[in-house]
Amino acid sequence: MSPISRGFTGRRRSAADPSRVPPGQHITGDFPVLSAGPTPHTPLQEWTFTIGGTVDEPVSWTWEEFMALPAETVTVDIHCVTKWSKLGTTWKGVAVDTLLDAVQTDAEYLTAWSDGGYTTNLPLDDVTDRKAWVAYEYGGEPLEPEHGGPARLLVPHLYFWKSAKWVRGLTLTPTDEPGFWETYGYHNHGDPWLEQRYQGD
Amino acid sequence: MEALDGNAIAGQLFEYFGNEMTTAFGTCAHCGTRAPIAELVVYARAPGAVVRCRHCGNVVMVLVPVRGELRVYSSAFRMEQGSGANGPSGQHRDEKTE
Amino acid sequence: MARAAISGRLIWRLGRVVELVDETPRCKSLVLELPDWRGHRAGQHVDVRLTAEDGYQAERSYSIASAPEDEHVVLTVERLEDGEVSPYLTEVLRPGDELELRGPIGGYFVWESSQGGPLLMIAGGSGVVPFRAMLRHWAASRRAVRARLLYSSRTLEDTIYRKELERVAEEGADVQLTLTRQWPADWRGHRGRVDRDLLAEVAWPPQQRPLVYICGPTAFVEAVAEALVDAGHEPGRIKTERFGPTGA
Repeated sequence: MSPISRGFTGRRRSAADPSRVPPGQHITGDFPVLSAGPTPHTPLQEWTFTIGGTVDEPVSWTWEEFMALPAETVTVDIHCVTKWSKLGTTWKGVAVDTLLDAVQTDAEYLTAWSDGGYTTNLPLDDVTDRKAWVAYEYGGEPLEPEHGGPARLLVPHLYFWKSAKWVRGLTLTPTDEPGFWETYGYHNHGDPWLEQRYQGD
Repeated sequence: MEALDGNAIAGQLFEYFGNEMTTAFGTCAHCGTRAPIAELVVYARAPGAVVRCRHCGNVVMVLVPVRGELRVYSSAFRMEQGSGANGPSGQHRDEKTE
Repeated sequence: MARAAISGRLIWRLGRVVELVDETPRCKSLVLELPDWRGHRAGQHVDVRLTAEDGYQAERSYSIASAPEDEHVVLTVERLEDGEVSPYLTEVLRPGDELELRGPIGGYFVWESSQGGPLLMIAGGSGVVPFRAMLRHWAASRRAVRARLLYSSRTLEDTIYRKELERVAEEGADVQLTLTRQWPADWRGHRGRVDRDLLAEVAWPPQQRPLVYICGPTAFVEAVAEALVDAGHEPGRIKTERFGPTGA
């Protein structure tokens, strides 16, 4: 291992409650911005959210229609594979359950896709029963573009790369199709409590 | 989130390829634009580094440290033989004038 | 030979801090002793790695501020408000401390006197650091080409290496400063951001075919590069190095 740099601690704060910090994670006070590409800026008049793929009939909402859907505010802990965790983050959004109620499907998987081309894959089991939302507010304010606004997927029980920023839709699939990071060596599932960071973990 | 350029991953690429790579030329598999790695667009704040073609914006390279060991996926950037540290390095593409 | 066999590897090594020099209220130079350092080229950088007691690591890149001819390797670090590494390097590090780094790195953004000129360097803020190395190398190599630096900085107080730049100007380099936020009442340098008009005034005409190096924040570098290309400079003779928040 590298020699210790005398007096260096980094920006981290110690955990308030270790039982809320998955293995290998540390708590952060800020909200780091990670990105695989430029921040998209889709105007709200052009924004739509679509559920398609293996469905009887695809369904699409405009921003206005999306805002009219029943939404809820949740406070959750989030965990990034780059080892920072942020406890007690508050989001407002539409539960993915609510969105899936609008379609008929026997698909078991989905690919979330975003402006800019990002994708991530999830089994339906990981986004139903109030496990996932399409969130458009963070901390009581409209979600900022650098954090995924106008809307992002929020799947707090998995590593945060699954919470696709700038999400525009879910494509339901009969088989599991690895998304962006999953193709480049990250774990297909991504459970932080099992420390599933990379393929083979 | 501002993008950087290939200079930002010079150390990692040297570690992986065993050679200075910022002067290595290659062609984007998506749009055919030719450029040295130093001039590619780099998003270095990701669970890894994502490298994009400056012309078309498509991903040409991804660097991921898997369990501490760097992996480099670069099939979308067709690198030329004899460039990088094996070829002229540090030089501008034209000859000197004075 | 054993040396040749490992020359292709870039290894992490330990340097020792010899001295810390206040350059501006926010910038400090770290003068390092690096055993077995085999030299570098002006414009190259090093990767610095810090390790906490629990094994947590943070890594950042810093341009080498010293010339190949200088006795010690020097890094100049700007302390960033929300930084993780720069506050450590500028406020905690002491002479005698060890610093882990690897380098020299880079083959694109380098200038050696054998490449000729005229040499045009355009710096935004701490982007001036690699140009200190280039100017010192230029001076050491008998100043065979014309060298010009256009350096954009917020205020006079934020301008790094002022005295040294005055000296290198006396040796024949053309050093031009532009202050963007605040300038003294009797300021005789340029005022305001580097824009097309300032470049038209300061850059050599394209027919002179200068070797151009631009270093600084991404937005600065791209605006300047675009303006020079629009003005007729050959893209192949313009080299860019973008800094960003990762330099925290």
